[in-house]
Amino acid sequence: MRIQVKLYASLQRYAPEGTAIGQPFAVELPEQSSIAVLIIHLGIRPRETKVAFVDGRARAAIYRLQPGDEVGIFPPVGGG
Amino acid sequence: MWMLRIDMTDRSYKLEEVAERYQKLGGRGLTSTLIHDEVDPTCHPLGPNNKLVFSAGILSGTPSPSSSRISIGGKSPLTGGIKESNSGAGFAPALARMRVKAVVVEGQPAEKGAYWMVHLTWDGDKPAVEFLPAAEYVGEDLYVSYAKLYERFGKRVHVAGVGKAGELGYRNSGVAFDDMRHKPTRFSGRGGLGAVMASKGLKFVVLNSEGAPGVEYADKELFMQGAKKLRAALGEHALTKPQGALNTYGTCVLVNIINEAGAFPTRNFRTGRFAGAAKISGEAIFENNKQRMGKEIYNHACSPGCVIQCSNTIYAENGEEIVSCVEYESDWALGANCGIDDLDAIAKMVKLCNAYSLDTIETGDAIAVAMDSGLLEFGDAEGAIALIEQMGHGEPLGRILGGGTQATADAFGNPRSPAVKGQGMPAYEPRAIKGIGVTYATSTMGADHTAGYTIAPEIAGSGGKVDPLLADASKADLSRAFQKTTAMLDSTGHCLFISFAILDIPSGFEGMIEELNGMLGTHYTGDEAVAWGGEILKVERAFNEAAGLTPVDDRLPEFMKYEQLPPHDVVADVSDEIMDQVYGEL
Repeated sequence: MRIQVKLYASLQRYAPEGTAIGQPFAVELPEQSSIAVLIIHLGIRPRETKVAFVDGRARAAIYRLQPGDEVGIFPPVGGG
Repeated sequence: MWMLRIDMTDRSYKLEEVAERYQKLGGRGLTSTLIHDEVDPTCHPLGPNNKLVFSAGILSGTPSPSSSRISIGGKSPLTGGIKESNSGAGFAPALARMRVKAVVVEGQPAEKGAYWMVHLTWDGDKPAVEFLPAAEYVGEDLYVSYAKLYERFGKRVHVAGVGKAGELGYRNSGVAFDDMRHKPTRFSGRGGLGAVMASKGLKFVVLNSEGAPGVEYADKELFMQGAKKLRAALGEHALTKPQGALNTYGTCVLVNIINEAGAFPTRNFRTGRFAGAAKISGEAIFENNKQRMGKEIYNHACSPGCVIQCSNTIYAENGEEIVSCVEYESDWALGANCGIDDLDAIAKMVKLCNAYSLDTIETGDAIAVAMDSGLLEFGDAEGAIALIEQMGHGEPLGRILGGGTQATADAFGNPRSPAVKGQGMPAYEPRAIKGIGVTYATSTMGADHTAGYTIAPEIAGSGGKVDPLLADASKADLSRAFQKTTAMLDSTGHCLFISFAILDIPSGFEGMIEELNGMLGTHYTGDEAVAWGGEILKVERAFNEAAGLTPVDDRLPEFMKYEQLPPHDVVADVSDEIMDQVYGEL
């Protein structure tokens, strides 16, 4: 299945070269893959990630993705 | 330790012993307790009976990491209730080293429009004050005034000051403190305390701690042990470590995640997503600077002893500095909230706000309300800049906006006023993040994100994970817990940003409690320290009740209850009953 991925802050280095900030890029994954599988597929060490959103909702690593989902992944961020 | 009372009616001062009731307090705990004890809650905030209190945090002036917060308190002309607004600044440790527990500014000169400065120095064995005329600085750009003051008094002083917004009595005026390069960029911005300071004829406090003896510890060994643990936690946490998220991207690192969550208030709280978010994000600031300056630029400290170092600098195409620093709140208020996605324009607006001592949040909210009312188009950066200039020049329209979010909405007959207790909301949509909405509604300070930063668990995943869209009674408990902890933290002198490390790393929290106990000679457990924060809230709440605020004031704006917010299409649906539980069960 094909999904769209956005990587932010320190995770931007795992995006294809030339990807603009906040710009989604396509990823092909086996059907029913979880967010955890996506993270490994992207070559990101799981502990570098903190929060993943699917269509604006934070989802756990075990969440199973659907074709066409847009996933935004963040390292620990905060401030205010 | 002393309590320094400054009477601006006759420009006299006295040093008092610190009463027992105040000895274990500092920062917000002390400013709020003094205001509660000494100020008539029904007084006019800009009249002679209000007071302005400065107090450094309990740990300021020590080697404790990120502990240089200075609190200012008074009755707020914006909310009509009690106000504490704190800033990171060298002023805090300098005041602490002089063993001045609080500076209480009282009275009002008979001469309207006359200004003085207080020059506070160390005189052998005690602090001393001289009053100097400040007429030559009135109406001046604060950057110009601070440069003159540093020329006149030398580089070792620290300065608290008000600019044009304060002189004009604006409810959105802040008090400026000097940053590490002696510029007026660190603000106790919220609640109009700049106008309170100016109403007393006080333009600047110039503080020179040279020769001062430094702070005293009850148990230095315990303090040092605690400080070491906290330092280790801050150095380890991905958010606060060197070249971590805050040091690299600054607080604007929040732009993308809050936008992703559908909670980034856009065009006066009309939607929770901004198409230009990525362009004004912390990542964009880092990339722009790298491109413009030819190297990676990491952030710097706002105040001495900060290990987090999250203050950015915005550079123009030609390599010249536009401003330092653009915080997340300012970036949002003057950016997304006004539909503006031009970082350079936002930086220029922040600089103007600093120059006039305007609160960036209240200013951005007021401009957005004016845009929403049809005065100008959303996205009109030139128009927004012109409005800030009109505020700074005291033109009639500028004076309306200078009155803040609510005053602007009232002037234009617009029900879409994103304010609670008259204070404009910060950069998180309360319809899409319910816990922060409970904090906005119920905080003693008016709509204030720092008062109970539930964003940590609701968005950032720090201190647990909580669904931001859940609107049940657990959000009252969550907000109350954060409000209590924050009242305690705001008293320690620590920056709120240590929260992430102490929430996630138990030894960090333990270290902070040990620091406190080592400093004060107390034996607080973690729970007791948080409960102490709750006592501070009770004092603030009592002042507000006596000032005439009721539970009806603990509500989100009505328009948020009937207007659905995209993309989640949510309304403000936390019940009144749940709102009332926050303080009902304190």
